Amino acid sequence: MKPFAYDSPTDAVTAVRAVADDPSAVFLAGGTNLVDHLKLGIARPGRVVDVTGLTSTEITESDGGLSIGAGVRNSDLAADPRVRSRYPVLAESLLAGASGQLRNMATTGGNPLQRTRCVYFQDVTTPCNKRTPGSGCSAIGGYTRYHAILGASEHCVATHPSDMAVALAALGASVRVLGPDGERTIPFTELHRLPGDSPEKDTVLGHGELITAIDLPAPPGGRQRYRKVRDRASYAFALVSVAAVLDVADGTIRDARVAFGGVAHKPWRAWQAEDALRGARVSDAVFREAAEAELAQAEPVPGTEFKVPLLTRTLVSVLRELT
Amino acid sequence: MTAIGEPLVRRDGARKVTGSATYAYETPADAPLFCHPVQATVARGRISAIHTAEAEVLDGVLDVITYRTAERLASTEDAELALLQDREVAFRGQVIGLVVAETSEIARHGAELVVVDYLEHEHDTELSAERDDLYKPEKVNPAFPADTGTGDVDAAMASADVTVEQTYRTAMYHNNPLEPHATTALWDDDFLTLWDSTQGVHPSRKAVAKVFGLPAERVRVVCPFVGGGFGSKGLPHANVVLAAMAARAHPGRPVKLALTRQQMFSLAGYRTPTIQKMRLGATRDGELTALGLDVVEQTSRIKEFAEQTALPSRMMYAAPNRRTTHRLAALDVPVPSWMRAPGECPGMFGPEVAMDELAYELGLDPVELRVRNEPEVDPESGNPFSSRHLVECLREGARRFGWDSRDPRPGVRLEDGWLVGTGVAASVYPSSTRAGTTARVRFSQGRYAVEIGAADLGTGAWTVLPQIAADALDVPVEEIDIRIGDTDYPVAAVAGGSAGTATWGSAIVEAARTFRDKFGRDPADGDEADATTTDNPARKKYAMYAFGAQFAEARVHADTGEIRVPRLLGVFAAGRIINPRTARSQFLGGMTMGLSMALHEESVWDPRFGQVVNHDLAEYHVSVNADVDDIQAHWLDEEDAHVNALGAKGIGEIGIVGTAAAVVNAVFHATGVRVRELPVTLDKVLPALP
Repeated sequence: MKPFAYDSPTDAVTAVRAVADDPSAVFLAGGTNLVDHLKLGIARPGRVVDVTGLTSTEITESDGGLSIGAGVRNSDLAADPRVRSRYPVLAESLLAGASGQLRNMATTGGNPLQRTRCVYFQDVTTPCNKRTPGSGCSAIGGYTRYHAILGASEHCVATHPSDMAVALAALGASVRVLGPDGERTIPFTELHRLPGDSPEKDTVLGHGELITAIDLPAPPGGRQRYRKVRDRASYAFALVSVAAVLDVADGTIRDARVAFGGVAHKPWRAWQAEDALRGARVSDAVFREAAEAELAQAEPVPGTEFKVPLLTRTLVSVLRELT
Repeated sequence: MTAIGEPLVRRDGARKVTGSATYAYETPADAPLFCHPVQATVARGRISAIHTAEAEVLDGVLDVITYRTAERLASTEDAELALLQDREVAFRGQVIGLVVAETSEIARHGAELVVVDYLEHEHDTELSAERDDLYKPEKVNPAFPADTGTGDVDAAMASADVTVEQTYRTAMYHNNPLEPHATTALWDDDFLTLWDSTQGVHPSRKAVAKVFGLPAERVRVVCPFVGGGFGSKGLPHANVVLAAMAARAHPGRPVKLALTRQQMFSLAGYRTPTIQKMRLGATRDGELTALGLDVVEQTSRIKEFAEQTALPSRMMYAAPNRRTTHRLAALDVPVPSWMRAPGECPGMFGPEVAMDELAYELGLDPVELRVRNEPEVDPESGNPFSSRHLVECLREGARRFGWDSRDPRPGVRLEDGWLVGTGVAASVYPSSTRAGTTARVRFSQGRYAVEIGAADLGTGAWTVLPQIAADALDVPVEEIDIRIGDTDYPVAAVAGGSAGTATWGSAIVEAARTFRDKFGRDPADGDEADATTTDNPARKKYAMYAFGAQFAEARVHADTGEIRVPRLLGVFAAGRIINPRTARSQFLGGMTMGLSMALHEESVWDPRFGQVVNHDLAEYHVSVNADVDDIQAHWLDEEDAHVNALGAKGIGEIGIVGTAAAVVNAVFHATGVRVRELPVTLDKVLPALP
C-alpha cells in the first residue's frame, strides 16, 4: 500500500475543495471498496479525504418522496420503515447486497460508486483498460461469468456490482452532487456511463464532485420486487438481477419500471422492455416479449451467453410474481 | 466412569471465541520485523534483472532478499522449499523476493516497489486428457501403485448387459483455511524457533531442519492453535522457509510473515483438477461385472504430487474385472498438495455418480444397487474388512431420510416453483494409525500431565486427548492436563489422513498402561512413563476403512435454475466415537465442505496468465451459512477390535467424501439433467429447464 496523506475536514465544502485541488486525492466514506483497492494497489491516491460525517445521515420526507443523506448506512436504509413500506424494491436490493457487516459500513453515497469486481480489474498483474487505459481487456477471452451482455465495448466488458443502484435506477431516483463549482442534480440513470473507449470512467462525476444525497420521487403505483440470481444464497454478486415495479389494473399493465443488474457497465434501465409492457395484457408471452425487446441488443461474449436466457426467465418470473 | 463418549465442550473453545488464543502471527514478540513476498508475474521464465533499490531506500525497510542475496540452502531437494536459490521462474506467483521491514505496511509497500525484468518462456498450464505427454507416476500419494488391474475390463464391458461409460471432472480447489499460512521466526544463538500454523510440529521441524542443514535439536516449532488447514498445513510451504531465512538474516529479532489470501492461491498447495474416465458394466440384475477408472490430473513441473484419485474404486465394490490408472501432466503451475481427503474425495465423485447412472439404466434403486455390490472381502487385497457397515449406513440413512417414499422418476416434482429431487452416494475413508508417535505421562501434584507433540487444527485434540488419557489412566478427565503443539513434547505424527486422534490416542493409551504398570495407582510426584506406537500387525490381515452413506435433497428453481440443498444427511460407521460433540462437528464440517465442492468451489484457471483468477473469498465461493440448512450427521455404534487400541477410526475426512456425488445425483433426480463436471451451477441445468 502506497503511503498517503489523510485529511478529515469538518465540512463538505472543504472536503470537496481538498479533493478538487489535488488530482491524486480521493474521497473515503464507508471504505468497503476503497480500502480493498488500497491494499491491492488498484487505487494509489496521494491523499485520502474522509467524508464520514460530512454528509447527512438522515432520511427525510421530500416532495412526497424521500431524501436520503449520503452518509446513511446501507443497513439503516434497508431497515427504515418508510423505505420498507413505500420502496420495498430498494429495501430488498440493499438486503441482497454484500453481507451484514459490509452493509453496516457501506453508505448511500458510496455504494453506487463501488467499482467493478472483474477479476482482472482486481489484479494489478493483469492488463485492464479500466485500471490502466490502453493496456487491454483481459476479460475478453478469459473468465466472464460476472460480465456484461449489454452496452459493453471491445475495451471493457465489466459490470457494475451494486444491487442498490439497480433499484434506484428503476425508481427514477436522482443524485445530488456538490462540486467545486457548486451543486447539481443528476438523474440516477445518467450517473453511470457505458465503457465505450474510456472504461476507466465509471460515472459522469468530475474529480472532486461529492454525492451528498439521493432523492427518491413519490413511490410509483403498483407492486415492487428485487430479484437477485446468484451462485450461492448470500454474499455473492448477481449473475443477473431484476428490479421491477408493475402497476396492473384489470389484467392490463398501466405502468412498468424495470432495471437489470449484473449485465452492464451500469445499472441498466430497461426502457424498451417497459415500452413493451405498458398497456399490454399480463401474460407470460408478453413478459417474454418484453425481455426479448430489451435483449435484442444483447451482445454476449464467450462465457456470458447463458445470461440472455437467464435474464429473460428471471424477468418473466418476477413479473409473473407481481401480477 | 468413562470420559470417552462424553460430549465434552472444547477446552480451548472460550479462548478462541473470546480472541485470547494466540495464533502463529500473534505470538508476542519484542520489536518484530515483518516480511512481504515479491511474486513472479510470469508463468515461466528467467529473471533478467531485479531492481530493488527503490524498495531498499524506503524508510523502515531493512533489506530485500532475492536470489542474489539469499543464503544458499543446505538442501534444495524439495523444489517447493528451495526458495530464492536461482533466477528461474517455474510458476506465476512463485516467490522471487522478500522484503523485510519494520511494519507489515512498509514491507508490503516495499514489495510493490520491486521491479523485475524477465526473459519470458512459453508456458504450458492446460490440463487435458488428450495431451501426448501424460505420464504414469511411479506411485501415487503416499505410496500406492499408479495402476492396478484384474481380469479383462474391455471384454467384460463388451459382454455386459448394461454399461455406463462417462467422463467426470472435478475442479481445482484451494483449501482456504480461515487462518492464513503464517509464521513467526526467531533465530537466536544458532537456535531457530518457529511459531508456525501447522498440522504437525515435528514433521515441520524435520523438513525445515533439512532445508537449513540443522540438527533437529536446534529447531523448535510451536503451534498451540491452528485456524484450520484442511491438509494445506500438513507440510511446510514457502512461508515457513521464508520466515526462517529472514530471521537468520536478522538474528535476535522475531520475524513475522503471513500470506495474504491471494498469495495462498499460489503458495499453499491445492487439489488438482481431475478428469475421470469411468466405465461400469453390469448384469441386468445389477451385479457389477466390470469397473474401470482412468484418472488424468496435474502436477507441478518442479515437484510431483500424484493424487490417489482411483484408490476408492479399487476396494469399494465387488467386480471380477477391474482396472484403475493414474496419469499426470507436469505443468508450469504451483505445487499441488493435500486437501481434505486427497484421492478419496475427488475419487468418489465420478464412481458414485456413475453408480447412480447405472441404477437409472437398470431401473434399480440406487441404494439397492450399492447393496447388491457389497464385496465380502476387500477386492484389492483379498483381506476381510476389519469392519464394514456400509449397508447398515445406507439402510439407516434411507430410513432417517425418508427414502422409501421416493418416486424414482427424474424431473417430475414441482413444489412452489422449485424442482425437487433426492440423491445418495457412499463414502469411504481409510482407517490408519501411524507408527513412531510417542506420548508421555507424568504425575505431578495430584494431576496427570500428558505430553505429545500433536497439533489441534480445529478438530478438538485439546479436548479428546484428555478423554482418552482419563480412561486409560482410570481417573476423572478433570485430573488430566494435556500439552500439545510444541516440539519440546515427544514426537508425534501429523494431524492428517484422519489418523491424528487414533495415532496420538493409541500412544497415550500405551503410555498410560506403561505408567500404571511401573507406578501402580498411587504414583509419586515426578513419576513418568512414555510409549511409542508401532505398526499394527492386524493391518496385514484386515482392510481397515470407515464407511458412510450420504443423502441429499436438491431444489432447482424452475425459472432460474438456482440450486439449493435444503437437506443433507449422513450416516457413518467410523468405529468408536471419542467425543460426540467434536465428532459431529467433524462430520458436519466435512459434509458442508462437500456441499461447497458440489455447488460452489472452483479455482478458475486462466491459461493465458497461468494463474487462478478468482483468488479471493469474494470470487472463490465456499458455502456460507445461508447455503447450509438442515444438515445432519448420525453414526452407528460400531465396534472394531482390529484398527487400534481405541477401536476408533478417523472422522476428519469421510464427511467430504461422497457428498458432492449425492448432491449431483439429487440435481439429476430434480431436473433430469446429469451434470458430470463440478461445480453444478445454474447455467449447466438452465438449457434443460421447462
